[in-house]
Amino acid sequence: MRDINVSQLTDVIEKLCIEANYYLPGDVKCAIKTCRACEDGEIAKGVLDNIIKNFEIADAESVPICQDTGMACVFLEIGQDVHFVGGDLTDAINEGVRRGYGNGYLRKSVVKDPVRRGNTGDNTPAMITTEIVPGENVKITVGPKGFGSENMSMIRMFKPSAGLQGIKDFILEVVETAGPNPCPPMVVGVGIGGTFDKCALLAKKALMRPIDSENPDPFYADLEKEMLEKINELGIGPQGFGGKTTAIGLNIETLPTHIAGMPCAVNINCHVTRHKTEVI
Amino acid sequence: MAARKITLPLTEELAKTLKAGDEVLVSGVIYTSRDAGHKRMCESLAKGEDIPFDPKDATIYYVGPTPAKPGQVIGSAGPTTSGRMDAYAPTMMSVGARGMIGKGARLPEVIDAMKKYSGVYFGAIGGAGALLAKCIKKADLIAFEDLGAEALRRLEVEDMPLVVIIDSEGNNLYEIGRKAYLDSKK
Repeated sequence: MRDINVSQLTDVIEKLCIEANYYLPGDVKCAIKTCRACEDGEIAKGVLDNIIKNFEIADAESVPICQDTGMACVFLEIGQDVHFVGGDLTDAINEGVRRGYGNGYLRKSVVKDPVRRGNTGDNTPAMITTEIVPGENVKITVGPKGFGSENMSMIRMFKPSAGLQGIKDFILEVVETAGPNPCPPMVVGVGIGGTFDKCALLAKKALMRPIDSENPDPFYADLEKEMLEKINELGIGPQGFGGKTTAIGLNIETLPTHIAGMPCAVNINCHVTRHKTEVI
Repeated sequence: MAARKITLPLTEELAKTLKAGDEVLVSGVIYTSRDAGHKRMCESLAKGEDIPFDPKDATIYYVGPTPAKPGQVIGSAGPTTSGRMDAYAPTMMSVGARGMIGKGARLPEVIDAMKKYSGVYFGAIGGAGALLAKCIKKADLIAFEDLGAEALRRLEVEDMPLVVIIDSEGNNLYEIGRKAYLDSKK
C-alpha cells in the first residue's frame, strides 16, 4: 500500500492544464507539417502555414494555442495499491483545474447547468474518468477538449448486420456532416463496441492516443489507415476551403459488445489535439 | 496570389468588391460578440433600443478570447463556430452590421440576408488564436462585462489574415473550394 496525498494531484493537474493548452504534442505538429508538404492548393497551403506559425508562437510565448481552452477532461489510472490521503480526491482534481485555468490565463468555458447556463467562473468541474489498474502509481492525463469539434461528434447503435461497411459509412458521414465546423484538419477518435456509455468513452480515449501510433490489432490498424485515406478523399481540406488534408489522424479503440449490438461513436477533435500525461 | 489589404469600415462599395476565395489582410475597427452578446443585442433591437456600438458598416468577430496575460493586449483570440449566431445574423445585418468573421457553415437564411444587405462572411483560421491575437493592437471592453469571455469588445486590428468564405452574391468558398479540389483529382 502506498499513501499519496491528494494535494500532489492538485499540483500535477494545475501544471498539466497549462502545459497541454500551451504546447501542442510533437506527433500532432509533425503530422501537420507532413500534410503541409503534400498540399497543392494556395489557400490550403496558406492555412497550414498559419496553423504552424500559430503553434510556434504558442510554444515561444507560452500562450494558449487556441482560445477555446476546453473542458478539462481528466483521466486517472489508479494503481489498486494506492491509498489517497489528505482530502477528497474529486475536490483535489477540481482545485488543480481551478488553479491551472486561473494561473495559466486560460478561458473559463464551463456553465453550471446545461439548460439554465451560468458560467462557473473557474472552468470546474473537470470531466473525470477513473480506472483501477494493478500497481501503486497514478497516471494522470489532462486532455482539454474544445467544443467546436465536440459538437460535431456522434454515436449510433448499429445492428450487427450493418457490419464493417456500416461502421465505415458512419465514420465518413460524421466527418462529412462536420465539414468546416470543427476547424479541419481534424483528428478522429472512433470507439466501437461496449455499451452506449463505454463506446463514447472509447472514442474520447482514442483521441488521447498519439496519432503516430496504431491499434495493436492489425485488423483495426488497417481500418485506421483505410478510413484516414477515405476521409482525405472527401476534399473538405484545411478549414473546409478544399484540399487534401481533412484529417491528420484517426485512432480506433474497441471493446467486446453484446450479441445484439454494435455501438459506434465518433469523437471529432480539431488540429489542436491536446493532451499531457504524468505519472505519480 | 498575394493577399489584398483592406481597411474597414465595410462599406457597401467595398463589400461588393470582395469575392469568395479572396485572401485579405484586414485593418480597422471590429467588434467581438458570441452567443450571449448577440442574444442581448437582438433583444434590445426588438424593443427599439440601441446596441452598444454603431452597427452601420460594422464587422463583428465571433470570438471569446482567453484572458490577457500581463503585458498582452488580449489573450488568444481565434474564431468560434459561426452557425450558433445564425439565428441573430440577419437581424444584425438589417441594422447595418455588414461584416462577420468566424468559421464554419452558415444557414441559407443568413446567405439570403447577405445578398439583401451586401454582407460578407470572412473566415479566420479556427484554432489559430495565438497568431490572430498578434493582429489585435488595441482591445477595449465596451459592454456586457458580466459575460466574461463573451463580453463585447472593440478591437483595432492590423493586417488580420482572413479569407472571404461567402461574398455578397452568395458565392461560397466551402462549396467552390471543395469542388475545385475534387475536380482537379478527376
